[in-house]
Amino acid sequence: MVFVASDDALTVPTAVKIVIAGGFGTGKTTMVGSVSEIPPLRTEELLTEAGVHVDDLAGIEGKETTTVALDFGRITISPQIVLYLFGTPGQNRFWFMWDELAHGAIGAVVLVDTRRLDASFPSIDFFEHRRIPFVVAVNCFDGAQAYTVDEVRGALDLDPAIPVVLCDARDRESSKSTLIGLIRHSMSRLEHAAR
Amino acid sequence: MSSREDWWYDEAAGPLVRPYAMVRGRTRPVTRELHLVTQVRAARQTQTADLTSLNVEHRELLEVCRKPLSVAEVAAYLDVPLIVVKVLLSDLIERGDVIVQDVSRISEIPDRDLLQAVLDGVRGI
Repeated sequence: MVFVASDDALTVPTAVKIVIAGGFGTGKTTMVGSVSEIPPLRTEELLTEAGVHVDDLAGIEGKETTTVALDFGRITISPQIVLYLFGTPGQNRFWFMWDELAHGAIGAVVLVDTRRLDASFPSIDFFEHRRIPFVVAVNCFDGAQAYTVDEVRGALDLDPAIPVVLCDARDRESSKSTLIGLIRHSMSRLEHAAR
Repeated sequence: MSSREDWWYDEAAGPLVRPYAMVRGRTRPVTRELHLVTQVRAARQTQTADLTSLNVEHRELLEVCRKPLSVAEVAAYLDVPLIVVKVLLSDLIERGDVIVQDVSRISEIPDRDLLQAVLDGVRGI
């Protein structure tokens, strides 16, 4: 008989998650990879050809299925707490996946490419309507930023309470401070709600 | 044998065993509350338990879950769709071979203490 330290053997950590959203090609997986302790993992959800979530494998033998891929990373905060970072699927039509991703999340980082601001509108709408805390992070791809934070805020017509930050998704420290900004924003939202 | 061979994987054609074949007839997860980040791990007694009644997919899953992992990580490491992993996990949870995070804690919005711990943790990486 092998005895293992009982408190270790019988518990599992508490898991929390942050969603990294934004339009196609805005650097979501890059940001996940820059702070994750493991190379980003990919998992796939089965969909029917019509794009409907498969939650029962019965009867799918004869049907064409497709998949939606999710890229994610992990930060072990402590033996009791694990943080997961999930990039949203590239195609915006998979909204049901966004619901599962956002469910119980600390909040979201919406990555923005100033060359394609409109690509971030669906993400911003999604989190605004569901009252999920989010920050907007302007990904400075070439290191140089053509617009100021205020210009981006104005162009996106953002609520003044939503933080807007400049970041470089490739840079670990920059991605870290973006996540820190989001967590602080979520905490202040929680405090306001409690008043 | 590598896990690729276990899964009958063909580089060109993809998995040769359709997902529903891996789960031997069961098609729906019994445990409905397995979310992406739900934590699972092999139960302590698994080290001494009789695993002969389990198929290769279940045994591989138990091997992967020797330390706590999320459902999404298990699916990624086994390279099978999430729904298949949820069905396999349901079997093992029912048998008592896998323990699962208290699901009531997952849907909650994280409280202040938890957020503070995550904030301190991210600052420290």
